[in-house]
Amino acid sequence: MKPKRKTIELFIDGKKVKGFENQTILEVALKSNIEIPALCYHSDLKIKGNCRLCVVEIKGRKGLFPACSTLIEPKMEVITDSKLIRRARRINLELIFAQHCEECNDCIWSFNCQLLKLAKKYRLNISRFPDRKKEYPVYQFGPSLIFDSSKCVDCRNCVEVCKKQGVGFLKIKQKGHLFQIVPDETKECVYCGQCIVHCPVGAFEAVGEFEDVEKPLSQKDKIVIFQFAPSIRTSIGEEFGLPYGTVVTGKLIAGLKKIGADKVFDVSVGADFTTFEEAKEFIKRLKQNKHLPMFTSCCPSWVRFVEVYAPDFVPFLTSVRSPHIILGGLIKTFWAEKQGLDPKKIVVVSIMPCVAKKYEIQRKELFLNGLKPVDYVLTTRELAYLFLKKGINLKKIKPEKPDDPLGLPTGAGVIYGASGGVMESALRTAFYFLKVKQKLERIEFKKVRGMQGMKQAVIDFNGKKIKVAVVNGLGNAKELLEKIRNKPDLYDYVEVMACFGGCIGGGGQPVPTDKFIREKRAKALYRIDKGKKIRLAHKNPIVLEVYKKFFKDKQKVHFIAHTRYFPLKKKKNEQSERVSSK
Amino acid sequence: MNARWVIDKIKKSGLKGRGGAEFPTGLKWEMVKKAKAKKKYIVCNASEGEPGVFKDGFILENYPEVVVQGIKIALKTIKNSSAFIYLREDYYKKFGEKLRTLIKKEPIYLFKKPPFYLAGEETALLEVIEGRRPEPRIKPPFPVEKGLWGYPTLINNVETFYYVAKIIQGEYRKTRFYSVSGDVKNKGVYEMPINYSILRILKETNNLPEFDFFVQAGGRITGEIITPDKLKKKVKGQGAIIVFNRSKTDIFLLMENWVDFLLRENCDKCTPCREGVFRLAEMVKQRKIDLKTLNDLLFVLRQTSFCGLGKGVALPFFSLIKNLGVKEIK
Repeated sequence: MKPKRKTIELFIDGKKVKGFENQTILEVALKSNIEIPALCYHSDLKIKGNCRLCVVEIKGRKGLFPACSTLIEPKMEVITDSKLIRRARRINLELIFAQHCEECNDCIWSFNCQLLKLAKKYRLNISRFPDRKKEYPVYQFGPSLIFDSSKCVDCRNCVEVCKKQGVGFLKIKQKGHLFQIVPDETKECVYCGQCIVHCPVGAFEAVGEFEDVEKPLSQKDKIVIFQFAPSIRTSIGEEFGLPYGTVVTGKLIAGLKKIGADKVFDVSVGADFTTFEEAKEFIKRLKQNKHLPMFTSCCPSWVRFVEVYAPDFVPFLTSVRSPHIILGGLIKTFWAEKQGLDPKKIVVVSIMPCVAKKYEIQRKELFLNGLKPVDYVLTTRELAYLFLKKGINLKKIKPEKPDDPLGLPTGAGVIYGASGGVMESALRTAFYFLKVKQKLERIEFKKVRGMQGMKQAVIDFNGKKIKVAVVNGLGNAKELLEKIRNKPDLYDYVEVMACFGGCIGGGGQPVPTDKFIREKRAKALYRIDKGKKIRLAHKNPIVLEVYKKFFKDKQKVHFIAHTRYFPLKKKKNEQSERVSSK
Repeated sequence: MNARWVIDKIKKSGLKGRGGAEFPTGLKWEMVKKAKAKKKYIVCNASEGEPGVFKDGFILENYPEVVVQGIKIALKTIKNSSAFIYLREDYYKKFGEKLRTLIKKEPIYLFKKPPFYLAGEETALLEVIEGRRPEPRIKPPFPVEKGLWGYPTLINNVETFYYVAKIIQGEYRKTRFYSVSGDVKNKGVYEMPINYSILRILKETNNLPEFDFFVQAGGRITGEIITPDKLKKKVKGQGAIIVFNRSKTDIFLLMENWVDFLLRENCDKCTPCREGVFRLAEMVKQRKIDLKTLNDLLFVLRQTSFCGLGKGVALPFFSLIKNLGVKEIK
């Protein structure tokens, strides 16, 4: 049990508020809905005190104090607005604007931009100083990420989060007397995109965001099929002002139909296939006692992390394809056959919470006789932008039903979007395969749920103790790998998601994304699961049908539902391309 | 010579840190001594980075045994401790060998400081010793509570350790080392009473100019600009006095010196220091100073900078304008 923390009472702007010992003024203010501007603060990261916008006054003390790094004290009287404070914030903001080359029309923060809000509030002259970063380069990292360093305001959140991810691809480099954030040429980006959601000013974005959002719709004479990932349904509403954790599945489908989707399917159905295959593979490995622990592989950023930074673990990844790749494959084979369509005429677009998925669909070993299972990936943000462009407001649109048969998932497929969801779904199905006497409550494996970076559980499989671990955040995964290297039988089955909290915290999700918001998105997914009649992947009628009628031989299953991985060596200059210097 | 006696003795002497911040030395020692931890560290800061300040180099050259003696006293006073002497590169080269012979087998290690002024700031220094970039840390926790690798750490300047040894030997006469330079006849380091005014120091060292002049007191970058009529005050900071011949000094060149140094030596961590100094430099170099902008920049530097370096940028500019007049920079 955690030791009880001492409560401290203080006043902010005359209002009595409560906090705990060792909390900062900013933390208490945020919790008490008192607004203090803070650019470099993020609940996932250490307090750095770099931007100096959060300065406040404290009664009885001289000068200004950064709220982010000043601890609260009993009876402290904090003032968050005064002439002095306004002047300091205004000048520092003007200095920040002088670093940031605006491109407001093409920015992931467009409607939520803290800088612009503050510019209005403090009546800034945003061009008081000439932009000093005009000549700073724009980088592209693989098919996933763009980093425009001319927008960077040197808060260094990206460097910290990249390091926290165990990658350290972004670094600070001295150029002349100033420092720049640059990619480390000796390292590889794994495309998790956490830099995007931790950058307060939109210096990072997905490739194609937002200039290419209409590309998938411009294909003439093609059947355009949209499929959306599990986590999208509880996050995209935010882009339209809906409260965090609002479930918008039906509205999302309606919106996709309206922009021209011929069919709308649900990646959660793909997840039911992944679960089915993965549970099978796990049991097989368990019986053979080979390549254990088995690692999940539906997160392409995690897969890339293993291939680049931990190639010794490549054989431990499950060979099962990720949900949207399986579903894309089924659309172009099973469904196309059923409909009598030429698969070459089908365009599959995945709506993903992720920028690594843009890289995943280009992996050649996933192609089916030369055909890509998925043709385009748009992030949650990109789709929201597309909706907006087409005049669709999710707040107002009338929900519609998904299309048969690939639009009807089980609860198991939906929880894939939260850390622990893959594990829980696979365990539910593995229990069935192993004929473990199911008590009703064992549908839920609550120990693997939650936002902690590392969770573990021991599960009884007919007397055999199965040790499982669930990890989110690549830095935590890196630590776990080290433990497993030292003690190979530590676990039997491990789920890893690169992003904090799993896909609900993905690099393609709306901004802001933080601890509180992720929790809301995840909880909503579990609510959906709880309300579903069918909560076991192996009981999904379409899964049963495909296995009975289409997956007649092992080869076919393998062709559509399995893949291979390779230890990767860095190719020179392939990875971070300097695309322009503006 | 027990610990209590040592600390009382230092406290009674009234010794204040000679690195510039003037924190009471005895109190600092007591805080580290009282802090509960398995082990503790001691750092002798010999980074002496500001131009115009060269007294630590003088002490290391002439009295290294006294400095080492001071550190050894600290090792004895603070149980389970080991020490670093954090030397700027040229001092490391010049005095390293001599120091090693004096240290003998005591747990005192020499550490070469990277060529960065800010790496001399007491928490940036901790970052450097731990192997990271020289950037200051958020305080609290202060180094006396959590310093090197999270252990309580006593950081004192070279001169402070020198005087601790003198206090324990009963030879402290309330003096300090002044670095006198600039347009003077007798440039050098002088040991004189702490309560001497700038005027008296210049007089007694036979350095009081006959021409029209002004001084910068404290250091050649962050020191205060003072005109001859206001010299009856003590030097602050690190005890440096730099004399300028008023008619021969190009004020813009003087300011350019400041900003060039700051641009090069700051760590770029916080907005006001990174951007403020950049814009300050822009104006100074273009010889076009907008007073409102200057005031604004110095305001955020002083009020919102992360560490002492940024906060200290304002003093030389403000005092220059106040004492020499706005005309000089228009």
